[in-house]
Amino acid sequence: MRVHRWTPPSLFFTGSLSAIVIALFFVPLVMTDSVMQKLTSLFILVILAMMWNALAGYGGLVSVGQQAFIGIGAYGTIFLGHVHTVAPFLAMLLAALIAGAIAVVVAPILLQLRGGAFAIGTWVVAEIFAIVVALDHKLGAGTGTSFIELNYYSPHQRQQYIYWAALGTAAVLLLALFLLLRSRLGASLQAIRDDEEAAASVGVRVMTGKAILFVLAGLGCGAAGALILANQLFIEPSGIFSVDYSALMIFMVLVGGLGTFDGPIIGGIVLYVIQQQLGDNGVWYFVLLGAVAIAFALLLPRGLMGTIQDRLGLRLMPVGYRLGKKA
Amino acid sequence: MSLLAVESLDASHGLVSAVRGVSLEIAEGETLALVGANGAGKTTLLRTIAGAHRAGAGRVVFAGEDVTRVPPYTRVKLGIALVPEGRRLFGELTVEENLRLAGDNGRKGPWNVEAVLQAFPLLQPLRRARAANLSGGEQQAAAIGRALMSNPRLLLLDEVSLGLAPTAVDDVYRSLERLIEGGTTVLIVEQDLGRAMRVADRLACMLEGRIVLEGRPDELSRERVTEAYFGLHAGTAPGPA
Amino acid sequence: MSWVNAVIHGILLGGVYALLATGLSLMFGVMRIINLAHGSLALIGAYSAYELKVHAGMSPYVALVVIIPGALVVGYVLQRTLLERSLRAGPLVPLLTTFGLLIIIGNLLLKIFSPDVHSLDPGAIGSKSWRISSELSIPAFDVLILGVAIVVLGGLQLLLTRTRIGRELRATAADPDTAELVGIDSRTVYARATAIAVATAALAGVFFGMRSTFDPASGPTQLIYAFEAVVIGGLGSLWGTLFGGIVLGVAQTVGAQVDPSYFALFGHLVFLVVLVARALLEAGTLGLPARLRIPGRAAT
Repeated sequence: MRVHRWTPPSLFFTGSLSAIVIALFFVPLVMTDSVMQKLTSLFILVILAMMWNALAGYGGLVSVGQQAFIGIGAYGTIFLGHVHTVAPFLAMLLAALIAGAIAVVVAPILLQLRGGAFAIGTWVVAEIFAIVVALDHKLGAGTGTSFIELNYYSPHQRQQYIYWAALGTAAVLLLALFLLLRSRLGASLQAIRDDEEAAASVGVRVMTGKAILFVLAGLGCGAAGALILANQLFIEPSGIFSVDYSALMIFMVLVGGLGTFDGPIIGGIVLYVIQQQLGDNGVWYFVLLGAVAIAFALLLPRGLMGTIQDRLGLRLMPVGYRLGKKA
Repeated sequence: MSLLAVESLDASHGLVSAVRGVSLEIAEGETLALVGANGAGKTTLLRTIAGAHRAGAGRVVFAGEDVTRVPPYTRVKLGIALVPEGRRLFGELTVEENLRLAGDNGRKGPWNVEAVLQAFPLLQPLRRARAANLSGGEQQAAAIGRALMSNPRLLLLDEVSLGLAPTAVDDVYRSLERLIEGGTTVLIVEQDLGRAMRVADRLACMLEGRIVLEGRPDELSRERVTEAYFGLHAGTAPGPA
Repeated sequence: MSWVNAVIHGILLGGVYALLATGLSLMFGVMRIINLAHGSLALIGAYSAYELKVHAGMSPYVALVVIIPGALVVGYVLQRTLLERSLRAGPLVPLLTTFGLLIIIGNLLLKIFSPDVHSLDPGAIGSKSWRISSELSIPAFDVLILGVAIVVLGGLQLLLTRTRIGRELRATAADPDTAELVGIDSRTVYARATAIAVATAALAGVFFGMRSTFDPASGPTQLIYAFEAVVIGGLGSLWGTLFGGIVLGVAQTVGAQVDPSYFALFGHLVFLVVLVARALLEAGTLGLPARLRIPGRAAT
């Protein structure tokens, strides 16, 4: 018996995915600004879904406060780029890192909590940041602010750079998650998910594993926040720190498949399509999201990709192990 | 017709099979002792009869009715009561509250709080004591009393001597003998072979999920039972069957 | 406004939070569920009273006669349909489904009632206050709310310790497996707990609506405050909820005294401090199952 990590389907899928990502890099050279903006929105959704899945699917941590880091990423960009005149895209990168750093600080506090207590704890953290930012006049206070530094570029250039930044961020995070899951940490995360006490008893560093996921998610959501700012140019505290982002993330991951690698991508695409059809702001849009999320949680808990995986025995990304016959 | 009939019952914990194809019958008024080593499947069998554990295959028939898919709280109203392994009293509730809980949700009959306290005099001063504060022997008496409060037709007892001092076990068995004399049908799981053989009308021995020996205590020698207990019977070596 | 005034008002505000948090605490104690839709359900209570005023001319106090039984039914049905299935599906699922419910309720309220703020009329008592000194004045209505909170908590306490339903609640909360073995249908017990929780939430919502304005976005805000009160007071302790509510209320009013925009912020910070302090003192037991306690015991 031999233990395989790659199977034919996973080779095919990984290859296709890489090819698609590479192909997407060339889009700005051939497509219109409108297409680029739409794809950028899609990439941002996928990033958010990936990060929430990392927390809940791999770490068992249900957060309804990731909007904290989205907001930190966005306002961090304003702080650096607008108040301190750092170059726009550099400001975005640094803002994402700041979000990650704040996650490092907050993790030891929040990870003391379990389950629903952790969830609301993350929400409280988001509220704190929303209030603090709304009080700061240099950041535009409650009325919001724009990322006018981007006007330095022509609209077409700006859209291209944002597109590449979003695609690049998504690809990097995808790769980071992939490597994480294939590493020893990945195996220990699976153990933590299955049985935390048992995992701890055989020496798995439970807290460290969860903390790493939390920081990664903070960083990723921070990057997403910076990208959201760049993509829509104007933000205000109640919008960027809104729990609606958590609703979107939960929807995408539940529909795509909690704990699967490819689920968030599918979930992002599904949400994107819904947004294009219904608009992304209405009452019925959110009611639909909530109802579908509940339906999936109760009726199809493994989501679309998870169910496909289970029914077909298929794993599209080589993040697990398979027993094979060949020596 | 037997009061309880178990037919080819299977039960497992996840992937591990705990009860394999067990069949047995208990007539009304009979006392059946179930013996076997740790892990033989006795507790799982009892819990499956009581409804706390899901049967994989086979049937549990009580008083002619197939109760295999019936939830435990309904089985209590039909007349099955389990004294669980480890007593499992509600620690934060008083002894009286523990008793009343069962009484409120069981069948009508002669057993009530006063009757239980009479049957187990050691509980009388402990009526309003927090159940978690009781000693092992007192808890065991309370647990049996609690099961009796539902006025069961079939009383299931799981390892009532576990963790108790010998004198406490003597007390428990004395009460048990009075119950049996009174006509209660009893299925008792017991590790102590001696006590089991003294109190039972029939004995069954389990090994690795199956019943490997069954009979009346006067028909079975201690040696035969011990052999079956450890799987030393000719041709039945311990190991995957 | 003096500091003493702020503290007194904070204590009274604690009554509101305690009333709001009671149901949250109960559901957690019995079922280990944190109902993220709790604040939204309270808000439905407020909006119901508003509708009854508009369409039937009822005062909020009279409306309660209709609302509370209705809330009991809603809670019972909610448990038997959505939450029962969520509990079976896994430990994270109730969080996800109650969050979904929060989103749905908030948006439906927005659709039906628009983003405008509303409020309910407390009647004559709303304008009465006792002037203790030139700096200290105590609003009678807030005292009433605190009184209602204490009565509700006390009533719940009595229910738990003196009645059959309460016995069954405590037993099922402690050991649902064995409860079923003595003949208790745990589904019914859980449904009763949720019914009571939603009823107290609706009651709290109506009083909240009389005390201040509300709009469709108030649900999540009040949920957070209620949760903070529960955690500060100790998860799983009923009277702790009152204590937690008071600590939160005082933190908030003191914050507002420093600067009006610091109201919620001070509350959040105190919450975090209590969290960290508890974690350091109890080495990570926070959030692990806390049993529903007989009055007076602290949750560990």
